[in-house]
Amino acid sequence: MRSLQFLLRKEFKQIFRNRSILVMIIAMPIIQLLIMPLAADFEIKNINISVVDHDRSSYSRSLINKITASGYFKLNDYSPSFQESFQEFEANNADLVLEIPQHFERDLIKEGGGSLLLAVNAINGTNASVGSAYLSNIIAQYNQELRAQGFQSSLSMPANIEVATLNWFNPHLNYPFFMVPGILVSLVSMVGIYMCALNIVKEKEMGTIEQINVTPIKKYHFILGKLIPFWVIGVFVFSLGLLGVARVAYGIIPVGSLPLLYAYLAVFLVAVLGIGLLISTYSETQQQAMSLAFFLIMVFILLSGLFTPIDSMPTWAKWIANLNPLTYFIEVMRMIVLKGSGFAQIKTHFMAMIAFALVFNSWAILNYKKTS
Amino acid sequence: MKQFTAFVRKEFYHVFRDPKTLLLLFGMPIAQIILFGFALTNEIKNSKIVVVNYAQDEEARQLINKIEASANFEVAEQLMNHREIEDAFKAGIIKLAIVFPNKFSQTLHHEGQAQIQIIADASDPNTATTLSNYAQAIIRDYQSSLIPAGTKALSINTQVRMIYNPELKGVYNFVPGVMALVLLLVGVLMTSVSIVREKEMGTMEVLLVSPFNPLLVIISKAVPYFFLSLINLTIILVLSSTLMEMPINGSLFLLYFASAILIITALSLGLLISNSTDSQQAAMLISLLVMLMPTLLFTGFLFPLENMPWPLQLVANILPSKWYYIIVKSVMIKGLGWASVWKEILILMGMTAFLLTLSVKKFKIRLA
Repeated sequence: MRSLQFLLRKEFKQIFRNRSILVMIIAMPIIQLLIMPLAADFEIKNINISVVDHDRSSYSRSLINKITASGYFKLNDYSPSFQESFQEFEANNADLVLEIPQHFERDLIKEGGGSLLLAVNAINGTNASVGSAYLSNIIAQYNQELRAQGFQSSLSMPANIEVATLNWFNPHLNYPFFMVPGILVSLVSMVGIYMCALNIVKEKEMGTIEQINVTPIKKYHFILGKLIPFWVIGVFVFSLGLLGVARVAYGIIPVGSLPLLYAYLAVFLVAVLGIGLLISTYSETQQQAMSLAFFLIMVFILLSGLFTPIDSMPTWAKWIANLNPLTYFIEVMRMIVLKGSGFAQIKTHFMAMIAFALVFNSWAILNYKKTS
Repeated sequence: MKQFTAFVRKEFYHVFRDPKTLLLLFGMPIAQIILFGFALTNEIKNSKIVVVNYAQDEEARQLINKIEASANFEVAEQLMNHREIEDAFKAGIIKLAIVFPNKFSQTLHHEGQAQIQIIADASDPNTATTLSNYAQAIIRDYQSSLIPAGTKALSINTQVRMIYNPELKGVYNFVPGVMALVLLLVGVLMTSVSIVREKEMGTMEVLLVSPFNPLLVIISKAVPYFFLSLINLTIILVLSSTLMEMPINGSLFLLYFASAILIITALSLGLLISNSTDSQQAAMLISLLVMLMPTLLFTGFLFPLENMPWPLQLVANILPSKWYYIIVKSVMIKGLGWASVWKEILILMGMTAFLLTLSVKKFKIRLA
């Protein structure tokens, strides 16, 4: 026990002596947490639209007014021909081109139906489908209004189904509410995995690990001595992010129980540090450890459901996502912080994380050799 | 010159003798292409929803059949009250609930108006809006089928054409972004770490006191990474055109030319970072901070730039990767030539020249 105490004192001294790295460990997540949610906004606004109006009728004008008044679209230009607006398209000035054909109004009134042509820049598939869905929605609403006017006189007005939409847990559809907890998890795991892996490999590269190996220090003493300081830093960074940045900058106050959240964090950090440990046992130089850690973190973050939904992934990717500790903690964060879920609802998540912590750490300890 | 080739050879040995790092360098772009190409999509599919049918009548049945037929939903039917729906949301079992009230048909026919309630778990706003839009579209469709035949329908029919990417594949957007990311990663991170490593190990001292021009020592360090980046680029292009069937519509030469400029930018940035740090950990943290995160965020391939607040959009302008991304998209996907991208290429070259002179100027022959 005493040797563990000395080891811990050594580790903390080493960490606090290197001020520039300590500042970066703390400052980097905070800065990123401040900036990333602002950037990671999938809500689509300011779609630039170019209109080719061959009809120039009162119907076409009121439709265009309705589109620009919606707040989602910015009118880029009126072009006399489709070819000309297509140049705006190529130059990236317009995302959508709406062509209203000649006799749109006449066809609509006389023949009972008119058609519009919508060209969408689909390089970014999501933007394209969301943008065209918004526009189709507006056109459909306009259509509804026209019908209502048309049927006013007659009694044959068709029955109307009214849809009331309720958004629970986040009624204003505030995007940072969703992103901040998830981003915080990925930042904390990045700090944990990198720092833990690099710290041990540095001792290997500098040769100081030899000195420790020849002492009677036990394997698990050495490993605990490395894990505990980073565990403390992890808890500190997490608290700073959740109770500091998330609350002050984004007004996020956890709905659920904080002790439950911290209990989960405690287990999660052990699992994540186990991954760092594992990386360090497989690499000889810091460059190797860094590349390996970078690779794993990239896969973990991309397949954690942080940016894209897991439900939409193919089966093999779902499997990887299920073997990814970040997936579970991000889900738990969103459940506890946003919806106030209780222990009963995250029980399986807890079991999974305890299993991760056990597997990664025992694997790392088995793989760590005192003799080379 | 002979000395220089000898040094370059030394650096290549360094790189090739570390197969683990090398494997990761080449594994990274492959894994990214596969992940972005096959696994990651912003589309929302297979979402579990619940239909709460208090109505149990003809109209509700028809409409529910239509909802069940949609590929976007996995529908379960269950009678739940609001309390139970909330619990299901909290456990994360369902994403949306559609509630049909009692006597739906009757109200619809007699009063000409009936209400359906859509309740979304908006803790994920994107999924919530998309799913309720899908549901609303189905309901609207059903409603227009209620219009009796023969009446003047006044229906506007919109034909949508998706240009450049008719199947709305995510790769079209991701591949250029992955290219920028991988080139910068290899250039900045690997170069800075490998130079600082010589400092940390003390071998830099030996190199600097040798009669060889110290600047050339550093340049010879960058040469292997320049070629590695070009190989990486080729791997990405081959993978994306074979595996993802993503065409290269424009000139290949132009693509490589722009990439070479970006690689040089990355290498000078790596050099600059290695000048100002003396531990590998610090070099890595700075590289991640000034290069990786901004590239992920502000290139525009993960998150649309137009959505960001204007100060962030300004920041995006000083990043080389943003301009590179525009060039690659124009050349690769739109098939445009020099005439349309010369401006972006000039900006990129200007940044490269600036960074290169800065890093050479700041280069110190003396350690510590």
